[in-house]
Amino acid sequence: MAKEAQKEKSMILQKEMVEGLFNQLATAKEDGKKVCYTFIPGNLSELIRTFDMLPVYPEINALQSAMRKKSGGYIKEAEKNAHSEDVCTYVKCDVGMMMKGNIGPTGQKIPEPDVLLLSYTGCFTFLKWFETLKREYPNAKVIMVHTPYQENAEITPEMTQYMVKQLKEEVIPQMEEVSGIKFDEEKLKAHLRLSKEAEDWITKIFDTTKHKPSPIDAYFAGVYYIGPINIGFRGTEQAVEYYKELYSEIQDRIKNGLGPITPEGEMKEEKYRLVVEGPPNWTSFREFWKIFYDMGAVIVASSYTKVGGVYDMGWRHDANRPLESLAEYCMNCYTNMNIPQRIDLLSKCIEDYDADGYVTNSIKSCNSFSAGQLGMMREIEDRLEVPVGFIESDLVDPRYFSYSNIKNRLESYFQMLAQRKSMEKETV
Amino acid sequence: MKELNELIIECKELAFDLNFSRAKEWKKNNPAGVVVGYMPIYFPREILHAAGALPVGIFGGGDRKQIIKGDAYYQSYICHIPRSIIELALDKHTEHFDGYIFPSICDVIRNLSGTFKQQKIGKFVKYMDFPQNFLPEIGGVFYQQEMQHVLEYVKSINGKEVTSDDLNHSIELYNKNRKLIDFIYEIRQEYPWRLGIDDVYHIIRAGTVIPVEEHNEILEQVCAHIQNDIGEPQDKIKVVISGAFCEQPAIGLIRAIEEAGCYVVDDDYMLGSRMILGDIDSNTENPLEAIANSYIKQSQYSSSIYDVHNPKENRLANIVNMRGADGVIFASASFCDPSLLDAPIFQNAFDRMGIRYIAFQFSENINQFKVIKEQVGAFSDSIKLWEDEPVTVE
Repeated sequence: MAKEAQKEKSMILQKEMVEGLFNQLATAKEDGKKVCYTFIPGNLSELIRTFDMLPVYPEINALQSAMRKKSGGYIKEAEKNAHSEDVCTYVKCDVGMMMKGNIGPTGQKIPEPDVLLLSYTGCFTFLKWFETLKREYPNAKVIMVHTPYQENAEITPEMTQYMVKQLKEEVIPQMEEVSGIKFDEEKLKAHLRLSKEAEDWITKIFDTTKHKPSPIDAYFAGVYYIGPINIGFRGTEQAVEYYKELYSEIQDRIKNGLGPITPEGEMKEEKYRLVVEGPPNWTSFREFWKIFYDMGAVIVASSYTKVGGVYDMGWRHDANRPLESLAEYCMNCYTNMNIPQRIDLLSKCIEDYDADGYVTNSIKSCNSFSAGQLGMMREIEDRLEVPVGFIESDLVDPRYFSYSNIKNRLESYFQMLAQRKSMEKETV
Repeated sequence: MKELNELIIECKELAFDLNFSRAKEWKKNNPAGVVVGYMPIYFPREILHAAGALPVGIFGGGDRKQIIKGDAYYQSYICHIPRSIIELALDKHTEHFDGYIFPSICDVIRNLSGTFKQQKIGKFVKYMDFPQNFLPEIGGVFYQQEMQHVLEYVKSINGKEVTSDDLNHSIELYNKNRKLIDFIYEIRQEYPWRLGIDDVYHIIRAGTVIPVEEHNEILEQVCAHIQNDIGEPQDKIKVVISGAFCEQPAIGLIRAIEEAGCYVVDDDYMLGSRMILGDIDSNTENPLEAIANSYIKQSQYSSSIYDVHNPKENRLANIVNMRGADGVIFASASFCDPSLLDAPIFQNAFDRMGIRYIAFQFSENINQFKVIKEQVGAFSDSIKLWEDEPVTVE
C-alpha cells in the first residue's frame, strides 16, 4: 500500500490557491465574472487579471483528469466523435470532459467561456484546439494572438512590434468589450511587478539543485512548483508568498543536508543527477516518479518546467515596458525556441547542475516537444559525452503508458550510469 | 505543340525526380542562380523568381525512397514526410540547393527546420512564419517582413537587389500559372475523363521543380489538348479530396481512387500551387504588400490557417457545391496533426449539412491500397446505386 504523501506548508498554500480558483469559477456566472479559457505556454495572466477575468486552462484540466484516472474515459468519448487516435490527448481529454458535463478536478462544473484567448506559443495544436472549442461554444469571443517562433534563436524588434500591435489593436479592445472594463495600464504594471518578483523566486528555487544532494526534484516535484506561476497566479501577492515559503522550506532542507521529498517521504541517497527533456506522463505519475526515486535518481533540471516561461536565462516581465514585456514573455517559452536553442539550454543545465545523465521522455501525442528530440539527444551526447536515455509514454492516454517497458529501459540506463560512475572512480 | 501523352510522360519524369535534375541543370546554365527548396504547403514563389532563384518543391520521398537515416531522427508516431525529407538531404539528393524554406504548417515541419539548422544543411534555412493575424496593417506587415528576410538570404548569395518591376513580372508569371491550372480543374469539373487525376497531379507537381516559364508552356499545351472532346466518360461519382495537403499519397493511391469509381473534381494534393485564389496585383509600387494581401484575403482554406472567422467546413461545402460533387473523401496522412484535428470539425458539420463523406489515412511510402480501394468503391456504389440526386448544400 502506498504511503501517505508528506505535506509541507507550501503544498497546503498551493492547494488553497487552486481550490480558491475553482470555487470562484464555480460561481463565476452568478458573481458576474467573465471566464477566459487560455493555455499555459504564452499565457497572458497579468492581462486577464487586469480585466478581472477568471482563467481556465484546458490542458491543466486534462492533466488533472489523468491524475484522477478519468482521462481514459474522456478520450474514448472524444474518439467516438471522430477524434483520431493519433492526435494530442490533452485535446481529446478536454473534449471528452466537456461532453461529460465539464466537471473539473474539484468536482464542480467549469463554466463556459466568455473568451477563448489563444495566445498560443510553440504549439500548433493549440490553434486547432480552439477551433474545435469555438464550434462547441459559439457565443464565446475568440481572441487570437499570433506568437512568432524564435526561428533564428532570437526575438527581433519586429517580432515584438508585431505582437504589441496585436495586443494594442485587437486583444485589449476585445477584452474591454467582453469585460466591460476599461484597460488600466497602471493595474497591469502592478501585476507585472509582482510577476517579476515571483519569477526571481522561482529561478532561485530551481537553482537550488546545484547543491548536493539536491534539495528538490526539478521535474516530478517541479511540475507542482510551476503550478502557481503558470495557472493564473503570476502577477499576484499570493504567488509571491507561495514562492517565498517554498524557498524557505528548501533552504531548511539544504541546511539539514536533505534530499527531495517524494510521495513516500524523503529520498535517502542521491545516486544519479539527471536532466529530463519532455513532459511527464500524468496517468501513472506516481509510478513513473517511483521508478526514479527507487533508483536514487533525482532530476536536477527539466525542460518541461520551462514550458510556461524560461526565466533561468535572466528574462523577466518588466513593468516599464508592459506590452513589450508580455510579447517577449510569449515568445520566450520553451517550445517556442528552435531546436539548436533547446540543445544549448539543456546542455547548459547539464553543465550548471552537474548532471550525470540526460533522459528524454518522448510523448506520443505531443509533436511540439517530440519532433526533433532524437537529433537533440545525439547532439547532447556528442557535445558533452553524457550518457543519454530514451523512453516513450503519453500525456494523458493510459493506453500508452507501459510500466514494464519504461522500467526495463530505465533500469538498463541506470546500470549504465552506475558502471560509468564506478569507472570514473577507478580513474580518479 | 507536343502530344498530350508526350507532355504527361515528361511531367511524370519531372514530378518524381528525387535528384531534382532540372534544378541542377538550371544552376549549371545560370551560374549566379540560387536554388531554394521549399516544403509544403504554400510559399510565395514569386519572390524567389524575382530574386533570380529557382524555387523547388520538396514534397518528400514518397514510395520511391527507402528510409534508413530518417528513422533515426523521427519516432514511429510522427508522420512520414520529415523522415523522407531529411533522408533526401543527408543522402545528398539536394546538395545543389542553396537554401531551404519551411513554411509554418505544424510543429513537425517547424522543428524540422531546426534539425536542418542543427545539421547545418544548406547556406540558409528559413522557417517562414505565416501570419495568423489577418489584418493587412498587422499580419500583412509581418508577412512582408518575413518575405524580406528571404530576399536578404538570396541576396547574400547572388547579390541581386530585387526591384518592384522584377516582382511584378514574377507575379504575372505565377498569375498565369494559377489561371492555367484553374482551367484544367474547370474542364475536369465537366469532363473529368479527358485527363486522369494522376495525370493532373503529375502535371502540377512537375511545375514545382522547373522554372515557371517552362511550366506555363506545358500547361498551355495541356489546356489546348483538353479542350478537345477526348476520352470516354465512365459511370463514376464526383468527389472532392481533402486533407492530403502536406505529405503526399503515393501516385498509385491517387490513381486508385478514380479507378474505384470516383472522379476527383477537386483536391488539395498540391495545394500550394493553387493556394491563392485569383490574381495578385501585378501592377503595383509595393508588390510585397500585394502578395501579403493576397494571402490574407484570397487564400484557399487550409488546416494550417486559423479559421474561426471564416469556417473551413463552409468553405469546403462551397467547393462541393460549386464542383457538383457527390461527396468528399477525407484523406489524411497518418499522424498528421492539422488534418486529423480538423476531421471532427468537418465530419460533424457535414453530418448536419447532409454531405456524404468517407475518411481514411495513408502514408507516403505505402503502396498497397486494396482496403482503401474497396472502401472508395463501396462509397461510389452507395451513391451511384441507391441515390438519384446530388446533395445541394444550403
